[in-house]
Amino acid sequence: MQSTPAHSFLSAAPALTVRKLSIYFGQNKVLKEVSIDVSAKAVTAIIGPSGCGKSTFLRALNRMHELTPEARMDGEIRLFGEDIYARHVEPVIVRRRVGMVFQKSNPFPTMSIAENVTVGLRLNGLRDRKLLAERTEESLQMAALWNEVKDRLNAPAISLSGGQQQRLCIARALAVRPEVLLMDEPASALDPLATQKIEDLIIDLKKDYTIVIVTHNMQQAARISDFTAFFYLGNLVEFGQTAKIFTNPANKQTEDYVTGRFG
Amino acid sequence: MENHFETGLDNLRQKLLLMASRAETAVNESVQALMQRDHDLAVRVRESDQVIDNFEIEIDEMAIQLLTKAPLATNLRLITVAMKISQNLERIGDEATKIAKRARDLAQEPPVKITLDLPKMATLALAMVKDALDCFVHRDPNAARAIIPRDKEVDALNKQMHQQLTQHMIGEPQSIARCLHWIVAAKSLERIADHAKNIAEEVVYLYEALDIRHPAAKIQTPANPA
Repeated sequence: MQSTPAHSFLSAAPALTVRKLSIYFGQNKVLKEVSIDVSAKAVTAIIGPSGCGKSTFLRALNRMHELTPEARMDGEIRLFGEDIYARHVEPVIVRRRVGMVFQKSNPFPTMSIAENVTVGLRLNGLRDRKLLAERTEESLQMAALWNEVKDRLNAPAISLSGGQQQRLCIARALAVRPEVLLMDEPASALDPLATQKIEDLIIDLKKDYTIVIVTHNMQQAARISDFTAFFYLGNLVEFGQTAKIFTNPANKQTEDYVTGRFG
Repeated sequence: MENHFETGLDNLRQKLLLMASRAETAVNESVQALMQRDHDLAVRVRESDQVIDNFEIEIDEMAIQLLTKAPLATNLRLITVAMKISQNLERIGDEATKIAKRARDLAQEPPVKITLDLPKMATLALAMVKDALDCFVHRDPNAARAIIPRDKEVDALNKQMHQQLTQHMIGEPQSIARCLHWIVAAKSLERIADHAKNIAEEVVYLYEALDIRHPAAKIQTPANPA
């Protein structure tokens, strides 16, 4: 099992530096001393069978475990060099810098499309209507949804299709201009066409954002990611360039998993 | 929004066409070197084969990366066909190298006093390669099918040239070594036409999902042993 990364393939300074990260739920150690460097402005896919710790890892990257009473962690996570678990760092600030998109699209049902996009900004106290309108368009453009909704920004968000709702959630995450975008199986509930749109969007977004995505779909990881990390039973088994992980993995367990022999 | 997978397929197509262009140039120049007894051109053709080999490696790498992305139907066939076409183009490049090697050696010997229509053979073989690739670009399996019988014409020219050279060698035994170079060059052109035929068959498979190779072999498939 690999715990210390040897990441010669990272060309630039990493966006996230994770060192000896362990997560416990009560007595149960679900993530075991994971060390990994997440490359900036690239897509990193986290793969592994159910219960391997991949979502746990993802949630640790924006301090979401603090919402779970019995959860605790050891180790260190740095965002562009800054320790995100340091005493003086507010979790709210971390979550603004590290956005999250969930498996099931979760727009606020009572809000319009535009209100959904700007909810984070308004919670942060932004009231300037012009600025809010600008940020709405910018975020919807980036989420490749603008052309489909620009004539009905005041329509309820739940009037959108499943794929559009998921892109709306991506727009909502982008509106606060995060540095990193975490995605937990963002296309698993979508049909092939909507999935393709999300995948193309993710590839487009990496020009400006660092993206970490959890996926059960091996081919999706191959299609969209630059780096892939394979987790098994809470351990990071292998981490490397996606092209290598899917054609010539170093570890037998990785090969067995990506070829569908177990999991 | 850009369709990134389609972009990957387009890049694969473009790379294949660039490779084809290099292979065609190599054949043209090798025949030119042979007919004009141009030693330097023959040497250059031999050296350029590495470029065509590198194309084959790059296309295989691109195809393998695209295959990991689980393509289906036409896209799956396009990727596998691209690998096969690139292999045929690489072998066309190898045949050009063989012709160039014979051209280099013949340029240093006295000419053989015989009129051979090797340029006609080269024109026919190269037209087959070009047409097969046009069918690939224009998605035209019917035109690809029409290319396949043209291989017989090149075969016939090769046979005719072989007979001419054999007669010449009987009459002038001192020219045997040089005539053998010409026989090898003609055989290489005949092989280039075979590769063009293979490419045409792959184009039919790509656009019709129909395997038209080895039609007789299917009839002779042995029954499962009890």
